[in-house]
Amino acid sequence: MMVDDTQADRVVPPTGFTATLTLFSAAAMAFLAVFALALSLATGRLADRWGDELARSATVRISAPEGQMAAQTQAALKVLQTTTGVARARALDNDEQRALLEPWFGPDLPVDMLPIPQLIEVIEEGQGFDAQGLRLRLAAEVPGAVLDDHTRWRQPLVNAASRLRLLGWVSLLLIGATTAAIITLAANAALAANAQVIGVLRQVGARDAYIVRAFVRRFTLRALAGAGAGMVLGCLAILLLPAAQDAGGFLTGLGFQGLSWIWPLVVPPLAASVAFWATGAAARRMLKDLP
Amino acid sequence: MIELENVAYSYGGGDLLSDISLELQPGSFHFLTGPSGAGKTTFLKLCYGALTPTSGTARLFGTDRREMQRDDIAMARRRIGVVHQDCMFLDHMSVADNIALPLMVSGRDLLGEAANLKELVTWVGLSERAKARPPELSGGERQRAALARAVIMSPDVVLADEPTGNVDWEMSQRLLRLLIELNRMGKTIMIATHDLALIRSAKAHVQARVLRIANRRLQLAGADL
Repeated sequence: MMVDDTQADRVVPPTGFTATLTLFSAAAMAFLAVFALALSLATGRLADRWGDELARSATVRISAPEGQMAAQTQAALKVLQTTTGVARARALDNDEQRALLEPWFGPDLPVDMLPIPQLIEVIEEGQGFDAQGLRLRLAAEVPGAVLDDHTRWRQPLVNAASRLRLLGWVSLLLIGATTAAIITLAANAALAANAQVIGVLRQVGARDAYIVRAFVRRFTLRALAGAGAGMVLGCLAILLLPAAQDAGGFLTGLGFQGLSWIWPLVVPPLAASVAFWATGAAARRMLKDLP
Repeated sequence: MIELENVAYSYGGGDLLSDISLELQPGSFHFLTGPSGAGKTTFLKLCYGALTPTSGTARLFGTDRREMQRDDIAMARRRIGVVHQDCMFLDHMSVADNIALPLMVSGRDLLGEAANLKELVTWVGLSERAKARPPELSGGERQRAALARAVIMSPDVVLADEPTGNVDWEMSQRLLRLLIELNRMGKTIMIATHDLALIRSAKAHVQARVLRIANRRLQLAGADL
């Protein structure tokens, strides 16, 4: 289409509201598609991170009378060190526990003066540990220990992230369908506005295929140019977004990372393909209705 | 070449043409006359395949119109040059490009045809206006441009629908001379017109058959024409 019969689209007037409409709609849709793509990829990364990181760790909480806290902590660590699937386990020190509580109680919390449970961080390896077996062992050997493998609150987070990812892909599909609809409408409007052009072409012996090709070529190139501009603007807008801070790292940065910057490049050819098929179908349908 | 056999055409429940039979012989010259609304344009449309007869048979270069696919009709139109009274152009292209349009849509090499195009533009007297846009042309210039576009593919038949309707007498004589010249080159010509003076002036230069549409039927015109 790019090299064959470059004369063909000369017969279609190069200006007019349909040209502007196609360019603008393709640019706007590509801009939105880049954001939807960024959202999908970011939520994908978020879901993976939550799923992976939380699945690879667990917490043992020890609540014991003050005199037994150290002994029970040592006993729990011993149990954990001999548990298959546990890479390492370590008791959090007072500073770490204070840091965990700081958002709720402020920076000067006297952790050592309060009856706060001791937390042990457990990092898994391989296929992970048998949570049920570990609970039974801890119940038998460390009466004050409670194992939290994060399942209870990890699963809703992973579900939420997966829903967000799905939402991103649905948005992309909707944007694609809307692009097709708008370009089809623009093509129909262009064909209607150029009824005289079509009449002249048919009068001088143009085949339907020639007329279709002329409009398809013009609209495909317009959609490609519009979507290219929209994609560039979308990428610039994403680049200009504030970088993810450590404090907000939980929500990860909305944008592309590494090779995922290739994905926006797919948007203009996709928009052009949509324009190609939508315009072709509209033109063939219209010509079929002419005597 | 073009044959109509007992052709009738109806539209909206009413008959526009009935029992029309005619064969356009190669190299013949015809005038088609009749009052406004008599069906001259409909008749021409049947001749170049824009309409399909309601009954009877229209044959374009030996093929029944009903059996022709859309591409066949497009190919037939390359052999039939048509000039309309309200000749339509692609206003965003130059006059020369509009004249070359039939070459363009048929995939001919425009560079290879450049000399022919130039000669044709000169023949219709539009050398100075070749780069102008159609809206800049006068009525007579538009008609001549339309005639040049109609003949650039060297068609077998030229059909002209009121080609002198929007031009003055001098310009209508000039257009007539061009059509007579084409006829002398062997082209079949049919001119639909209600301008009887034009027909009379043409008969001094060419052997023309004058047909009249009256009461939906085609008749040979009287001796007064």
